Amino acid sequence: MFRRLPETAAQPVTVVIDGRPVRVPFDLTAAAAVLIGDGITRTTPVSGSPRAPYCMMGVCFDCLMEIDGVPNTQACMVPVAEGMRINRQVGARKVRS
Amino acid sequence: MIGGGLVGAAIGYGLARQGLKVTLLDEGDVALRAARGNFGLVWVQSKGPGVPEYQHWTRLSSDRWPGLAAELRETTGVDCAHERRGGFAICLTEDELEQRRQMLEVLRRQAGAVEFEYEILDHGALARRVPLIGPEVVGASYTPYDGAVHPLYLLRALHAGLLRHGARYEPNARVNAVHAAPHDFRIEARGTAHAAPRLVLAAGLGSRELAPLAGLHAPLRPVRGQILATERVAPAIPLTQKIRQMSEGALLIGDSFEEAGYDDSTAPQVLSALAARAVRTFPFLREVQLVRSWAALRVMSPDGLPIYEQSARFPGAFLASCHSGVTLAAAHAYPYAEAVARGALPDELARFASRRFDVPKAA
Ligand SMILES: Cc1cc2nc3c(=O)[nH]c(=O)nc-3n(C[C@H](O)[C@H](O)[C@H](O)COP(=O)(O)OP(=O)(O)OC[C@H]3O[C@@H](n4cnc5c(N)ncnc54)[C@H](O)[C@@H]3O)c2cc1C
Ligand code: FES
Repeated sequence: MFRRLPETAAQPVTVVIDGRPVRVPFDLTAAAAVLIGDGITRTTPVSGSPRAPYCMMGVCFDCLMEIDGVPNTQACMVPVAEGMRINRQVGARKVRS
Repeated sequence: MIGGGLVGAAIGYGLARQGLKVTLLDEGDVALRAARGNFGLVWVQSKGPGVPEYQHWTRLSSDRWPGLAAELRETTGVDCAHERRGGFAICLTEDELEQRRQMLEVLRRQAGAVEFEYEILDHGALARRVPLIGPEVVGASYTPYDGAVHPLYLLRALHAGLLRHGARYEPNARVNAVHAAPHDFRIEARGTAHAAPRLVLAAGLGSRELAPLAGLHAPLRPVRGQILATERVAPAIPLTQKIRQMSEGALLIGDSFEEAGYDDSTAPQVLSALAARAVRTFPFLREVQLVRSWAALRVMSPDGLPIYEQSARFPGAFLASCHSGVTLAAAHAYPYAEAVARGALPDELARFASRRFDVPKAA
């Protein structure tokens, strides 16, 4: 569905999505990096159904993921970086006791 | 009725459900409206030391809240997420805890026939019931009567309910003139004149200016409160007075008491003090992200008690105002609205008439 503009074919970085290293262009957001694969960012706390990024501009909150250990992060608002750990968020964010 | 905030909407709902013909005049979206910015507690445990009438009125409302929530859900389909599982007031110093103990003991003794039970918990006892408290917490008081709702759903439910019962709601209808005669009121709003044999003034801070026009007295002032809201997290804490978790998972951290006139903007120093106390209370909050903050203006009388009265000069005009409009919503929807429908306020409410403010100041 998406095609990159030719002038942005840029140097890749390696991010770790759900434990698997993936090479992606350096100028993607974490949500865009996930969309290269299965596109699933989280499962909902209410029904448990899978969700994908939707608005890609920070308003719908369907892209919540755990990024570098921080849960409930809007993946569409975070540019990728070398070594970034991007994990699917399952259910509600737990707090640490 | 003038004012569609929490007090006006609750009384309006209560009148409409009895079959009265109600028109509710309200301002627009930009109004000062505590109903849109409050913390949503149905809070009993600190209400009325030294004033048994207030303690009883609050308790009555909290006892009738489950019925109101169910009725609103049935009539409107809106669930205002009412819960009543008791509440903790968490103390960070021995002094705070001792003051609470003394206040609750006063309340227990003056409760009379209404039983009033409370517990004072030390750190260990509290930690068994609220495991996530921090090491600095000294203890807490607890009563089983406290509860909470989602305040925005409450406002929505009351408005849906009064429409459902045939009331008319006029938004963007700021009242600027009231012409009063006994049992005959003419009210002008947005260029339209409304006439009614009965008038309920429940315009929050706006009642101050309007009251004298109907022979009522509402010496109210704004007291600012600021609140922080976090991202949504899995269920973590039970109800406490200053920090609560909403049904959707967000935590609210409240709420300041500030004399700031009609300024309803937020102030970073106040918010950071709230956050600091919250983190001392629940250290896990250090890692939870804040997503919003806001301020709203409480509707405060000189002694902090509600003002309820019928005009002596212009019978048929009623005033209702309080600073705990969520807590008292059931008292307003049922006994208060029933009294207005009958045409006389009951003796139990005589304590709340504005004549208590007429005492000349001692030198
Ligand atoms: C920060 C904060 C936290 C709070 N927390 C709690 C809590 O936990 N529990 C609790 O019980 N209470 C709480 N409250 C208090 C509660 O919100 C108020 O008691 C309640 O909203 C007051 O209701 P009201 O209808 O008198 O005023 P408001 O809700 O302020 O509504 C007044 C209404 O009158 C209308 N109005 C004013 N002037 C005119 C006019 N001239 N013509 C037409 N309409 C007019 C306004 O547009 C508005 O709709 C809190 C308040 C604040 C500010
Ligand atoms: S995709 Fe909508 S907020 Fe990220």
